[in-house]
Amino acid sequence: MEVVHSIRPLLAVLVSLCAVPLIASSRKANIREMWTFAAAIVKFLIVVSMLPAVLRGSQFSYTLFEFLPGASIEFKVDALGMLFALVASSLWIITSAYSVGYMRGLNEHGQSRYFCFFALALSATIGVAFSANLLTLYLFYEMLSLATYPLVTHHQDQEARQSGRKYLTYILGTSIGLVLPAMLIVYHLSGSLEFSAHGLLAGTSSKGLTTLLLLMFLFGFAKAAVMPFHAWLPAAMVAPTPVSALLHAVAVVKVGVFSIVRVLTGIFGVEILSSFHLGTVVCYIAAFTILVGSLIALSQDELKRRLAFSTISQLSYIVLGVALLSPKGMEGGIVHIAMHAFGKITLFFCAGAIFVGTGKKYISELVGIGRRMPITMAAFFVGALSVIGLPPTGGFFSKWYLVLGTLQANQWPMLVVLLLSSLLNAAYFLPIVYRAFFCTDAEALFENKVQEGPFWCVAPLVLTAVLSLFLFFYPDIFFRLTEMAIGM
Amino acid sequence: MSQHYPVLLVTVPLLSAFIISGLSWVKKSLCYPLALLALGTSVFCAIGLLLRVLDAGAVEYHLGGWVPPWGIAYRVDLLNGLVLVVVSSVAFVNLFATHKTVQKDFPEKMGIFYTLYVLFATGLMGITVTGDVFNLYVLLEIASLTAYALIALGKPDRAPLASLNYVFIGTIGACFYLLGIGYLYIMTGSLNMADIASLLPPIYHSKAVLVAFIFCMVGVLIKMGFFPLHVWLPNAYSCAPEPSSSLIAPLMTKVMVYVMIRLIFSVFLPDFSFHVLHIDHALVWLACLAIIMGSLLALAQKNIKRTLTYIIVSEIGYMVGGVWLGNRLGMSGAILHILNDAIMTLCLFLAVGNIAYRLKGLELQDLKGLFRKMPVTMAGFVAGGLSVIGIPPTCGFFSKWYLISGAIQAGQYGFMAALLFSSLVNVVLFFRIIEIAYFEPMESLHGAASGHGIRQEAPLSMLVPLLFVAISLVVVGIYSGTIVNHLIIPVLPKGIG
Amino acid sequence: MEALIHQIVAKYNYWLYIILMMIGLYAMIAKNNLIKKLVGMNIFQTAIILFYVSIGVKKGATIPILEEHGAGMGEHAVRVADYINPLPHVLMLTAIVVSVSTFGVALALAVKIYQQYKTLEEDEILMRLREK
Repeated sequence: MEVVHSIRPLLAVLVSLCAVPLIASSRKANIREMWTFAAAIVKFLIVVSMLPAVLRGSQFSYTLFEFLPGASIEFKVDALGMLFALVASSLWIITSAYSVGYMRGLNEHGQSRYFCFFALALSATIGVAFSANLLTLYLFYEMLSLATYPLVTHHQDQEARQSGRKYLTYILGTSIGLVLPAMLIVYHLSGSLEFSAHGLLAGTSSKGLTTLLLLMFLFGFAKAAVMPFHAWLPAAMVAPTPVSALLHAVAVVKVGVFSIVRVLTGIFGVEILSSFHLGTVVCYIAAFTILVGSLIALSQDELKRRLAFSTISQLSYIVLGVALLSPKGMEGGIVHIAMHAFGKITLFFCAGAIFVGTGKKYISELVGIGRRMPITMAAFFVGALSVIGLPPTGGFFSKWYLVLGTLQANQWPMLVVLLLSSLLNAAYFLPIVYRAFFCTDAEALFENKVQEGPFWCVAPLVLTAVLSLFLFFYPDIFFRLTEMAIGM
Repeated sequence: MSQHYPVLLVTVPLLSAFIISGLSWVKKSLCYPLALLALGTSVFCAIGLLLRVLDAGAVEYHLGGWVPPWGIAYRVDLLNGLVLVVVSSVAFVNLFATHKTVQKDFPEKMGIFYTLYVLFATGLMGITVTGDVFNLYVLLEIASLTAYALIALGKPDRAPLASLNYVFIGTIGACFYLLGIGYLYIMTGSLNMADIASLLPPIYHSKAVLVAFIFCMVGVLIKMGFFPLHVWLPNAYSCAPEPSSSLIAPLMTKVMVYVMIRLIFSVFLPDFSFHVLHIDHALVWLACLAIIMGSLLALAQKNIKRTLTYIIVSEIGYMVGGVWLGNRLGMSGAILHILNDAIMTLCLFLAVGNIAYRLKGLELQDLKGLFRKMPVTMAGFVAGGLSVIGIPPTCGFFSKWYLISGAIQAGQYGFMAALLFSSLVNVVLFFRIIEIAYFEPMESLHGAASGHGIRQEAPLSMLVPLLFVAISLVVVGIYSGTIVNHLIIPVLPKGIG
Repeated sequence: MEALIHQIVAKYNYWLYIILMMIGLYAMIAKNNLIKKLVGMNIFQTAIILFYVSIGVKKGATIPILEEHGAGMGEHAVRVADYINPLPHVLMLTAIVVSVSTFGVALALAVKIYQQYKTLEEDEILMRLREK
């Protein structure tokens, strides 16, 4: 396995950081948007430029600062990081277009600040994706928490203030209170924080201590919304929809779950987890979140909150997949990072387009909206199919592999959980689509006139819906990366 | 010339103080430039000294040519070389940053202020550079007396009373220290640190040496503001005028932590402090108490300056606990934290100084909407806050790393819990302030499209130092590994595990 | 009992300085009037000065001034036991200076407080502060 020393990982992180002063100082809105797009496209291109080499099996590496032996600020681009970075950077371009439509459509204030912190948040996300060790990951994890606070509290009203407080309490509280001591204990035990192929803790700690550390990491990365530290996610829905879409469907939550995957595979390692039967422990915790999240989603009338609880549930699919410790299960979990991202972002884009176009937030108000916004609701249908896990969308593959993974790992209860939650997913998504299109004239709350949201809102959601479909027919890149990630 | 750096460090500001005092009668406008020149020379000498010590090892300077133990010796090794650079740079940057405030708040006392300022810096640098225990007492009192006077320059209804309280408690502390070195003198007949260290080992188990240790330590702990001996600190630092508090708060208590470390390393060697006496566990628990109480008391405050002073009490707990953990990691963390805490406190107090320049009050409710009015100052404040919380890559994270690692290695999980608890409380403290400064009533937002109209930032001479200090928070953080490996680990004595 | 009295008599300078120190500390804490507190502080410092001076004493020794003529100084050794230790005295000259300066600063502060509050009683000052 070849290691290439190149500055490209660092550049991928720095592109959007450098764009921040440019965005902040632009006088005209169009120039500011241009800088955002330029940064997003350049970032995507840098990430893609490393793709061929990674697919061939090499890794990119770059050390920025050496702090202590085994704990440095270091970047490494391997298959797992590449998968996440591809998803995040491609979706940033699309979200920027959507943000333009949304923010201008609602004439929102503070747009410069919004785009600046968005760029910062993406820098941090790519930083997490390309982290070579736990210290670098922790640094960018915290940077992301701080960069997203102004975005979540964008509206600066009382509700935003309360939600911001909840957001910080859960996310900073767990990362400082749980992840930091766990990281230091790992360093104390093994003298290093590098993500290595067979885990670091092999042979250095007892079952009790390893279990404690595992739980500290699992709950400490609260961005993964594992219950009971999930309450920040619905609260964060008070943010503008592009923020909810990218950050809370793709960047922030996936960072949390990505960190858990990295820690499970790189710090603990499959061998020690299976020898201590810790995989089962994590499976049950994840299963609880999956089921309870879906059940709560059923009871929500506000569309974004229903999507939020759906996200909480879907994130634990990824955790469950990796915790199954079987090859198919882990593949299913990791590729779900990508499939869920495309599906969920479509759903959030639709919710935002509906809000911009009609001002409606509640599902009960959306009866018959298919007459007014057929394209939007068609995209919503595709997104819903992907999240439920039905063909012809990409989400089908991740579900399929997860189911095979439970069989491979002999975890029959998990199979039941997966099937049950798929039913619940269908139960809380499909009625929305059905009521939107198939209702009598008397019930419909909208006229039969087609009037979609602004162009810059509708085009992105169509694009992501099409990509969800595309991923059903051509999932190879993501699967290849996933197989390489597991094989390591 | 360079062999005279140790003494130039101290005598140049000392003599300049007298000249400034004279100038204040004749030509007031020359006071400030002369003070800048004096402290600039000290910075230069301090950096030169540190480089020399890095190159050639510890530097010794015999005052007046008298050989110790008959004469007073100045001894600079890596530990006090580092602290000297910190003290002189902080004093210099602060001098530059607070000039406008001095001109605005008490222009008629400018000459007096700069005299006291330079004398205070002299006292602190003298404490750091000296190798003689009695000389340390003298310079300690020089620093303390000028501090009392600097604090009393604040508002006439509160500052003199706060300062008088500080006088009483500070004098008790200094007298305890004097008593302690008296006992040392009785037992060893010497006042030179290295000499005492060589004479003490045969008499480690005598009661008089134990009494000396206790008196010296308690005196230093009083001066340091270690809970529960901290009662003078909140009033003194918050009632002082901003130019004084941003000088005294970052420096005085940290230099006293240095004195404690110097006493443990070079006078009562680690053998005595850790292996003969068995008080290290008790002191770590007291440090945990200090950290927790400092954080809790900070939560109860309604004034931003008082919040910061209680954070200082908590930070002193970090350093004292780190020293008494008794292992290399903990000690490195404590020494690194001297550097980091000085920078963080300076950053925060400079930001508060900027805010006080433009606003009338410093109660938390007065800070509404500050992110719009003073964005650069608030950016600096947020940087300082992040460092206190301990977010990488600011320097506060890295000293916390060493302190927590030291706690894990020593098995002191209580200390680790206290450190994490105080980080979480700091999150609440700083985000409470950030919230008030960030969230405004909606009406004032929709009118202002760009918001540049209501900006009322502090003048440039106050912003530039603040930004410089905020950036150095990150730079020092990134280079923590280098600093620890080259400047701190070599100075740790062999008795520490 | 004999041994105890012997202990007290032999180290009377220690007992004396401790008593003085405690008197000073008591005055600083318990007295209400600021000037009385200041005086207590001064007593506290003076106790320590007394202590230092007392440790230089030697039985049957005289004051440490060498009477011989200027030029031949230092050629023959001095019998140390004949002269009391001058070093503590020298150190205490410095300490007295410190004590006096501290007293001066504290008095200046007391004057300022009096100008502001027209009283030197601490409880009255605190009451007035609380009223504000």
